[in-house]
Amino acid sequence: MSNHLKDIILKIWRQNGPKDSGHFETYKVDEISDEASFLEMLDYLNEQLITDGKEAIVFDHDCREGICGTCSLMINGQAHGPERSTATCQLHMRKFSSGAEIVIEPWRAAAFPIIKDLMVDRSAFDRIIESGGFITSVTGGAPDANLIPIPKPVADSAMDSAACIGCGACVAACPNGAANLFTSAKIAHLNLLPQGQAERYKRAESMIEKMDEYFGSCTNHGECEAACPKEISIDVIALANADYRKAKLKNRKFISRI
Amino acid sequence: MAQVLESQRGPVTGTAVAKKKRRPFLLDLYSTAVGKKYVMAITGIALIGFVVFHMIGNLKMYFGQSDLDHYAEFLKELLYPIAPKGVVLWLLRGGLLAMVVLHIHAAYSLTQLNRKARPVKYQSERDYQVASFASRSMRYTGVTVLLFVIWHLLDLTFGVVNTVGADGEFIRANVYDNVVRSFERWPVALFYILANIMLGIHLFHGVWSLFQSMGWNRPRFNEWRRSIAAGVATIVVVGNVSFPVAVLAGIVGG
Repeated sequence: MSNHLKDIILKIWRQNGPKDSGHFETYKVDEISDEASFLEMLDYLNEQLITDGKEAIVFDHDCREGICGTCSLMINGQAHGPERSTATCQLHMRKFSSGAEIVIEPWRAAAFPIIKDLMVDRSAFDRIIESGGFITSVTGGAPDANLIPIPKPVADSAMDSAACIGCGACVAACPNGAANLFTSAKIAHLNLLPQGQAERYKRAESMIEKMDEYFGSCTNHGECEAACPKEISIDVIALANADYRKAKLKNRKFISRI
Repeated sequence: MAQVLESQRGPVTGTAVAKKKRRPFLLDLYSTAVGKKYVMAITGIALIGFVVFHMIGNLKMYFGQSDLDHYAEFLKELLYPIAPKGVVLWLLRGGLLAMVVLHIHAAYSLTQLNRKARPVKYQSERDYQVASFASRSMRYTGVTVLLFVIWHLLDLTFGVVNTVGADGEFIRANVYDNVVRSFERWPVALFYILANIMLGIHLFHGVWSLFQSMGWNRPRFNEWRRSIAAGVATIVVVGNVSFPVAVLAGIVGG
């Protein structure tokens, strides 16, 4: 049985484009089912706005099942809202009560310029991924399953890091606007596995140095871990730091010339 | 073949990277944020070492005037007669100063980087989940500790802001007398106590944080990292705060 929430007050950031200064605007949703997801509530509001001849609110969304990493939103000062370990699309209105005032802002970081309203450009993450390069692997005929032995705990840890959907909540939640959790998760995901060993140190070095061009620095607040919809642990940051140090100390080019 | 390709089309991905001119190892490391965090952590470890030994050394004041004054004299004779008197102490002081300068420079440049990373702040109130008061106030506690250290040197090393003794001048070697005269002024004692609590807060986050920055993450001892941080902070604060309290209570110098 579903209940209905009444009189939800929404303070939503409206910004016409990257150059616009932007401002909060207040909207009211008279009635909404508590089974509605947060994004459905915004859809509902947008329908109202369109009916009234106003411009709909622009926000990022795609799969709406928590696996694509497209949705964002700073909801009441928390990345992805008050529900732990979920993306905004998996947040439901039952988390709020009637008469609630909800403030919605876009991610804010120099590397994430606002495109319009609540939509930001997260392509800085793509630059980091690109800098990581490829893994060397044997191509050709399909290899036998389980040809490379991987201990179960290692596979599990790598999988935990690989769960990163690249939504940018870590950057948004970080008081310093650092992307260490994202970058480290991507580094850890390959560096833990045997397939990633050939380029392990090169990868850590390039990705961390690329990250430096866009983002702030980690001061170990732990906010990223709390905001992460996939609950990726800041342990991966320590792992990436260690690999970065080793990358700086190793010089494989010299070794090959001996 | 690979070399020909490299020169013709430049880098594409991970392994085919253009030869960039590398700076010397340490400068190379210091040029990135993660490298600067290593510098923060390593200089932090050195400074924690100093703070802990400074506190332990000062405990001599509970054994009386001659113990503390002799300890101060002994520091000048470290490794004597291998090295001339005072040389080792000056080397340590030089190293310590370098650590302080590096720690502050790294902190300053990281702060600038972080400001640049979010030029437009959140316009609504943030609801922090796990960031502690200690972690969010590192810059302020750090600056307070720096100002305190400057005061502390002017007070007990140079005697500029200390009161003069019975013989009408500040004699540095009379450590015990200088400490007692300084802490008998209650505003000084209060400032000293507050500054040390700030130092404790700084250490509470700093000691935990350095494990992450150094990449020291071992599941088996991770749960100890918070306890170690709390322990170091508590020991330093309790030890240091006890000195002005002891002077005001008449236990020392009474």
